[in-house]
Amino acid sequence: MEDCLAKKMEITVSEAEKRTGRNAMNMQETYTAYLIETRAVETQSEGQCAPVDSLWRRYSEFELLRNYLSVTYPHIVVPPLPEKRADFVWHKLSADNMDPDFVERRRIGLENFLLRVASHPVLCQDKIFYSFLTQEAGWKEMVNETGFQLKADSRLKALNATFRVKNPDKRFTELKHYSDELQSVISHLLRVRARVADRLYGVYKVHGNYGRVFSEWSAIEKEMGDGLQSAGHHMDVYAASIDDILEEEEHYADQLKEYLFYAEALRAVCRKHELMQYDLEMAAQDLTTKKQQCEELATGTVRTFSLKGMTSKLFGQETPEQREAKIKVLEEQIQEGEEQLKSKNLEGRDFVKSAWADIERFKEQKNHDLKEALISYAVMQISMCKKGIQVWTNAKECFSKM
Amino acid sequence: DASLAEVNSFSPSMPISPSSMINQYKFEDEPEQRDLFITVDDPESHITALETFITYRVLTKTSRGEFDSSEYEVRRRYQDFLWLKSRLEEAHPTLIIPPLPEKFIMKGMVERFSEEFIETRRKALHKFLNRIADHPTLTFNEDFKIFLTVQAWELSSHKKQGPGLLSRMGQTVRAVASSVRGGGAKNRPEVFTEMNNYMETFSQKISVLDKIAHRIYKEEREYFNEMKEYGPIHTLWSASEDDVADCLKGVASCIDKCCKATEKRMAGLSENLLPILHEYILYSEILMGVLKRRDQIQGELDSRVDALTNKKTEKDLFSEEIGRLEDKVEYANNVLKADWDRWKQNMQRDMRATFTNVAENNLRYYEE
Repeated sequence: MEDCLAKKMEITVSEAEKRTGRNAMNMQETYTAYLIETRAVETQSEGQCAPVDSLWRRYSEFELLRNYLSVTYPHIVVPPLPEKRADFVWHKLSADNMDPDFVERRRIGLENFLLRVASHPVLCQDKIFYSFLTQEAGWKEMVNETGFQLKADSRLKALNATFRVKNPDKRFTELKHYSDELQSVISHLLRVRARVADRLYGVYKVHGNYGRVFSEWSAIEKEMGDGLQSAGHHMDVYAASIDDILEEEEHYADQLKEYLFYAEALRAVCRKHELMQYDLEMAAQDLTTKKQQCEELATGTVRTFSLKGMTSKLFGQETPEQREAKIKVLEEQIQEGEEQLKSKNLEGRDFVKSAWADIERFKEQKNHDLKEALISYAVMQISMCKKGIQVWTNAKECFSKM
Repeated sequence: DASLAEVNSFSPSMPISPSSMINQYKFEDEPEQRDLFITVDDPESHITALETFITYRVLTKTSRGEFDSSEYEVRRRYQDFLWLKSRLEEAHPTLIIPPLPEKFIMKGMVERFSEEFIETRRKALHKFLNRIADHPTLTFNEDFKIFLTVQAWELSSHKKQGPGLLSRMGQTVRAVASSVRGGGAKNRPEVFTEMNNYMETFSQKISVLDKIAHRIYKEEREYFNEMKEYGPIHTLWSASEDDVADCLKGVASCIDKCCKATEKRMAGLSENLLPILHEYILYSEILMGVLKRRDQIQGELDSRVDALTNKKTEKDLFSEEIGRLEDKVEYANNVLKADWDRWKQNMQRDMRATFTNVAENNLRYYEE
């Protein structure tokens, strides 16, 4: 952790700008570009700041970076990006990608993503990541040159492995269940929270109507007039206060959303393990079959049914020379296979070890972050109640003077 | 004295004793001056061959001399209350008679015999009788006394003795005729025109307030429904976690507490604010009616005066009648003015109390 990039470099995503340009199909499109500013942290300097470097990136480039990292470091739980489209919105917020509030929240999310990568002991050392932050031109080409897309496992292959693997590490199976549960519970929570926010908004805003009626009513009253009028004012304050309260809550929702997306990253690591394990199992099985075949040929006994065996029975046995040749080939293959199996085993064990280390790191991070988020949520609620108390105390005073 | 006013918080199953009755009612005067205590409770349904109806127990305790006994218990049905109200209106056309709960509320689609409906009606009937008892003039009305004291069968026979249907119709005809003539409006003293204008605006504002209050209640109910689902999700989540589980469970229990607090707040609204607003909506109608009746009485006087100026003969006859009518009008006006002031004071106090109550409920909610 002491060597990670975040300690050496200040990273911010400071601005967002609407741009228009031409896309790959030469059609005009509007997109948002984000300004990434970096500055070296001089621990010894007093009052002297290093110059700020900056470059612009758009969301699709962030996506490219993340895909690269996921493929290149399959044993790492790669931090997720903020959502592409606004989801879990309650009615007041728009689901429009160009909406300034959405853009602002996305800017914060992208900054958070970069900081997480920069604080990760393994990821922060990646060169592509570094150039993402510092080299505007030619970065895309650099990424593509790594050929990472070729290394990516096909979705179909991964799915196949998930169903057919026989002996995955139990911890990964548990982890997969956990990430499924996490995803389902957080999305449920976010959905209900959005509905609760909607309703709360309604309650507060209707109180605003009181303000207007009280004011109109106070016009015809003599003794009650002043009390009504000032009470009405407090009702207006009450109704207006909900906007800030809910904006703060959005931030909390975003923190939860990050972990919703982290669930997918966890699943990706589990899938990789399953794939490797399946590969291993297939290789082992293949080796066993070959060994058996070899034995059969050598001893002339047919233990397993095979079409070849049948045909040779029907059409006559092969010559001893042919048999010798076959056995030689098989022996070579067996030797290759055994070496492969050994290396695959090693790979698999390494993967499990390093993946599990990162998973432990992730678990600690998650527990810490969730606790903080829940605490800040509680603080928000308390502040909302304090505001409520203030408004209604004032209103009560006005009412009692009526 | 406002500091002695207590918000009406009546519970039907309380044991009735004079001291506990004191705690149940809202006072206008010092407690020592009150000498008539009335409760309405214990609804019971009766099924006959022709109809099904509800009766309420009306319990009266008094120290007044004109009452033969100090305690009375009778059963009355809604029709009986209607009768009482119309008798009071006849006897005191320009006094402000308190409102009765409506016959049947279409808006809420409430079953006629649903518990909620019966309870709301019972509370309103209770308030009705107590407001009459508090009224300096109405409290001594003879029909009121009869209503409180006689048994059911006696009441039916007394009702039949009242002014016949024909005479009541005659009154109505005269009233319509007078209003067609635009009676009373042209010679109306300034103060009553002011009252009229005030009432128009007031009734508008009150009905808007009523709508707002209902809307708030509805929104709070929806909020409550969503919150009910919100808490358990956190508990569910805590089952998958170990380190964060306690935090999550804590949040879940807090949310449940918020739910309960919301329920309390809603109850406060429906028990205090909504009924009062509704009562004052009814009051607006009543007051408009009272002002109209005053105009009618004035109208009668005016028409007679007009007739007099046209027919010089039969002067004596007319002048006597006119004198009588003038007295009537003056009496009516004074009585109305006094009652109006009283009503306004009451209204002020009611509004003050009820909105303060709303504020207190909200405070309690937020503190919880």
